[in-house]
Amino acid sequence: MSDAPVACGACEPPGGLCGGKGLATFKEGFWTNNPVNVQMLGICSALAVTGKLENSLVMGVALIFVCVGSNLFISLLRKAIPRKIRMIAEVAIIATFVILFDQLLRAFYWDMSKQLGPYVGLIITNCIVMGRAEAFAMQKAPVVSVVDGLANGLGYAVVLAAIGILRELLGFGTILNLTVLPDWYPKNQLMVLAPGAFIVLGFIIALFNVMNAKRDAKPAGGN
Amino acid sequence: MEDISPWAILFAAIFTSNILLANFLGMCSFLACSKQINTSLGLGAAVIFVMTATTAINYGVYHGLLVPNGLKHLQFIVFIAVIAAFVQFVEMFVERFSQGLYHALGIFLPLITVNCAILGAALFMVIREYTFIQSIGFGFGAGVGWALAILLMAGLRKKMGYSDIPKSFQGVSIVMIITGIMAMAFMGFAGMVRIQ
Repeated sequence: MSDAPVACGACEPPGGLCGGKGLATFKEGFWTNNPVNVQMLGICSALAVTGKLENSLVMGVALIFVCVGSNLFISLLRKAIPRKIRMIAEVAIIATFVILFDQLLRAFYWDMSKQLGPYVGLIITNCIVMGRAEAFAMQKAPVVSVVDGLANGLGYAVVLAAIGILRELLGFGTILNLTVLPDWYPKNQLMVLAPGAFIVLGFIIALFNVMNAKRDAKPAGGN
Repeated sequence: MEDISPWAILFAAIFTSNILLANFLGMCSFLACSKQINTSLGLGAAVIFVMTATTAINYGVYHGLLVPNGLKHLQFIVFIAVIAAFVQFVEMFVERFSQGLYHALGIFLPLITVNCAILGAALFMVIREYTFIQSIGFGFGAGVGWALAILLMAGLRKKMGYSDIPKSFQGVSIVMIITGIMAMAFMGFAGMVRIQ
């Protein structure tokens, strides 16, 4: 266990730079500390639901909703929650928002609810939400916490959409069910199946590493 | 799902629908704890035990308590509470009665509460409408499948320490790609048995 194989953001608070206000907080969550690409959180659903862009978008919206809602409420209640039982209190708040979204999805968008299956419920154990609650909302004021939740949710949603576009395009030749690639393109079933998900995310993370390495190389970061 | 034997479900959960390689659950701890074989062995054993037990308990809670009272929509919060409580209980029990086992498994137990594979197994059990015996077969099989995947990855990562990987692919990136190839290999089992 020497090199700290800790499972989640909850136990491994991401870089201590979250102190800033508004815009800084936003950039931090959205790009510099992107939940999927940098912190490696929430990978499960990032892989499972991205076979099609539509599913990825719905999942992204779900995560933004849960992240913003739970961050707001945890931040409002942060002085009332005793330190010792904070984990279970956080989980209860998060689960409430997940149940809310799940019920909405069942009521208005049954097909999608069926397709996403257990993965909506699994937002509860999605380390992003828990990590933000623990590392940010428990310490900061409500407004900044909402911005942080929004940024992290958006950062997650954008990565999901990117994987979704790639997999749907290469796997079905379509984007949002509209045919994009011409007939002669051989549809690559592998991209839709499980291995494709792992490999696409592997390459996206590598790309992100290259971009960040370039930026860090520039003095006084123009970006 | 009345007619499938629990043995078929057990083997399907290990090989054809491996919970990690086909359903992507438990990735966080898979990525974080697959650096050493010993660590992954301990975590794998803890996952097998907790997953089998919590799937069985959650089956009882869901069909005995939630369904008769029309509280199905509370399943998420109840399942996660059962898992957290069970893990806590096991930790106390093991610490009290077996120090050796506590040192081998104890440190992994808190990690397991947040392992989405455990909650995922309970949710799959509900969605696929397993019977009690089938649920136990599924919980055990899914645990073994996860442990197998993380052990294989730990072995591969050890070997990988000697290879020359391009800088931007180092770390998680190459692990993801290898997991993809592993998932491809596991797809070779498809057709042997099949659930969902």
